[in-house]
Amino acid sequence: SPRAVNVDLQTDATLQVDISDALSERDKVKFTVHTKSTLPNFKQNEFSVVRQHEEFIWLHDSFVENEDYAGYIIPPAPPRPDFDASREKLQKLGEGEGSMTKEEFTKMKQELEAEYLAIFKKTVAMHEVFLCRVAAHPVLRKDLNFHVFLEYNQDLSVRGKNKKEKLEDFFKNVVKSADGVLVAGVKDVDDFFEHEKTFLLEYHNRVKDASAKSDRMIRSHKNAADDINRIASSLYTLGTQDSTDLCKFFLKVSELFEKTRKIEARVAADEDLKLADLLKYYLRESQAAKDLLYRRSRSLVDYENANKALDKARAKNRDVLQAETSQQLCCHKFEKISESAKQELIDFKTRRVAAFRKNLVELAELELKHAKGNLQLLQSCLGVLKGNT
Amino acid sequence: VFDVDVAVTNPEKVVQFKDTSLPMFRSKAFTVRRRYSDFLGLYEKLSVKQSLLGCIIPPPPEKSVVGMTKVKVGMDDPSSVEFVERRRAALERYLQRVVSHPSLLQDPDVREFLEREELPRAVSTQALSGAGFLKMINKASDAVNKMTIKMNESDTWFEDKFQEVENEEQQLRKLHALVDSLVNHRKELCGNTAVFAKSMAMLGNSEDNTALSRALSQLAEVEDKMEQLHQEQAASDFFIFEELLADYIRLLGAMRGCFDQRMRAWQRWQEAQSTLQKKREAEAKLLWANKPDKLQQAKDEITEWEARVTQYERDFDRVGMTVRKEVLRFEKEKAKDFKSQIIKYLEAMLQSQQRLIKFWEAFLPEAKAIA
Repeated sequence: SPRAVNVDLQTDATLQVDISDALSERDKVKFTVHTKSTLPNFKQNEFSVVRQHEEFIWLHDSFVENEDYAGYIIPPAPPRPDFDASREKLQKLGEGEGSMTKEEFTKMKQELEAEYLAIFKKTVAMHEVFLCRVAAHPVLRKDLNFHVFLEYNQDLSVRGKNKKEKLEDFFKNVVKSADGVLVAGVKDVDDFFEHEKTFLLEYHNRVKDASAKSDRMIRSHKNAADDINRIASSLYTLGTQDSTDLCKFFLKVSELFEKTRKIEARVAADEDLKLADLLKYYLRESQAAKDLLYRRSRSLVDYENANKALDKARAKNRDVLQAETSQQLCCHKFEKISESAKQELIDFKTRRVAAFRKNLVELAELELKHAKGNLQLLQSCLGVLKGNT
Repeated sequence: VFDVDVAVTNPEKVVQFKDTSLPMFRSKAFTVRRRYSDFLGLYEKLSVKQSLLGCIIPPPPEKSVVGMTKVKVGMDDPSSVEFVERRRAALERYLQRVVSHPSLLQDPDVREFLEREELPRAVSTQALSGAGFLKMINKASDAVNKMTIKMNESDTWFEDKFQEVENEEQQLRKLHALVDSLVNHRKELCGNTAVFAKSMAMLGNSEDNTALSRALSQLAEVEDKMEQLHQEQAASDFFIFEELLADYIRLLGAMRGCFDQRMRAWQRWQEAQSTLQKKREAEAKLLWANKPDKLQQAKDEITEWEARVTQYERDFDRVGMTVRKEVLRFEKEKAKDFKSQIIKYLEAMLQSQQRLIKFWEAFLPEAKAIA
């Protein structure tokens, strides 16, 4: 019987995790992970620790490497906080301070700081989502490493992977994808998994494409908003040259553009949050689902190999018991993975549909809110401008 | 105050226009066909005639070898279409400015341009485009700047105005560059939105939840409509806003030319005065040397140059008055133009937002229907 699925990741009172605070330092971000739990495993009911990005990765990798979790979709790791581009822009601005007016400088500085803040909020959200997914998972939430991560108030001393380890990971992934191609060719006897395999391969590619294209579209949108900002400044300069009617007109229009471009920037930011981030997240989740299918296929191959080995052993009448034990283990592993994988994939679909619904509704509502705001600004400004002409 | 309406329509290799007009013309409304070189020819004729008087002659759009070649080859791509429309609109504005100028409207060359069935082909413009002519004016004004004779202005109006004009031209150039950047980014946004819409349609296709699949397809359609909106907005940015700025940058250049004409008139007057002085000195020398036969000639030359000095002084004053009048008229026109065009631009933006709202309002129930 299908167990109750927690689509809303925050309603379970037995374990609630969130990131209550975050601090951005020179080259790292410190997240304050806050836990509320009625579980007996923890010493207190409410506590906080400070964690950095590498510790999240450590936790994620420990799940991936754990054989017992082979049958689950491992919640995808949050991406590394990347402030490089933003920092570079702020630095360039500082260098170019002499070449622009005080107003221009202040304006650009505010813009870049807002951008920095937006990136910061995003990285906090992505790290939080990872923890919430783990906390919502009936098995993963009980993981010991997870509890250590939440509770141990010292540094976990997990250094980032060194070059050799990163290279090993790279080859592991190459082998995995090569295997994936090989295994994908084998038709599954189980219709459910056959369908899921076909579906996920195509879906993952299309989400990847959509994600990249949404990023490009939103970047153009931001660029246009930036242009309008500069145009507003330029009109302001023109408007302050004199006190003629035309100059007053320019000042009014400049004011309008200032306001509309703030709205346009918000539109781009909201599209980023509700659409681009959604697609990015499901790109990672669909990859995690594919990884699960791969692990199942691998265990099927192992099972089939164990069967062949058993037949051989029986034919030669040598090491039969050993072969039988091995075959039983493989069979058990395969069946266990298949059972949990089926549920995981069903849950994945439910989560995906709910997440898309929530985000698309919010996207539409925000687009409408901003468009109506813009419309009102334009109407009132035109009213004034036409009245005075 | 007369009202002449000109429109330039059906632009291909040949431009055709019609105008409804006043009693001085043959009939109320008529159409003539003109080539682009005819417009340039008109500008050249006016510049030569009016240049001594201090009028601001609106410059026509520049020749563009690339643009016209594409059109001649018959390429149907959007940039050719845009170029043709751009030129048509620019020629129309040029003519409207010419006919709204009270003195230019009276000019026989203008009347001939508007009325005559067939104009003799303007040959000299093959070498001189509008830009070439402007370049000539600019070179002349550079030469004027280098002149060592400095005007001693008791009235600082001209100096102040000239400075204002230079500043404004600089500001408008800056603004023009910014609007151009906006146009390009909007076009980029347009392209990227179209591509994104397609990728969403593909994603919707592979989504196996029926309601979500349909919603994603609807989203793809909304984004397609957004692309259309962005395209129209980019056209509005360009044709209404950017071209307005381009026109006025050129007009301010023409205005600087007027100030230079006044400067030249002053120099002509000064040079005549100095020539007169030399003639008087020569007369004095002849008196002293007692050469009565040459003396009469010297007296005649003095009379001639006295007349010239008077004439040139009158010319200078007249040019000064014309320039003043022109500047005031120009400023009024400019204010009217900017206001009406920017209001038009904002109205286009408003309509765009209204349509945007309709698109998303239609989509929202589709998103809510996902289950």
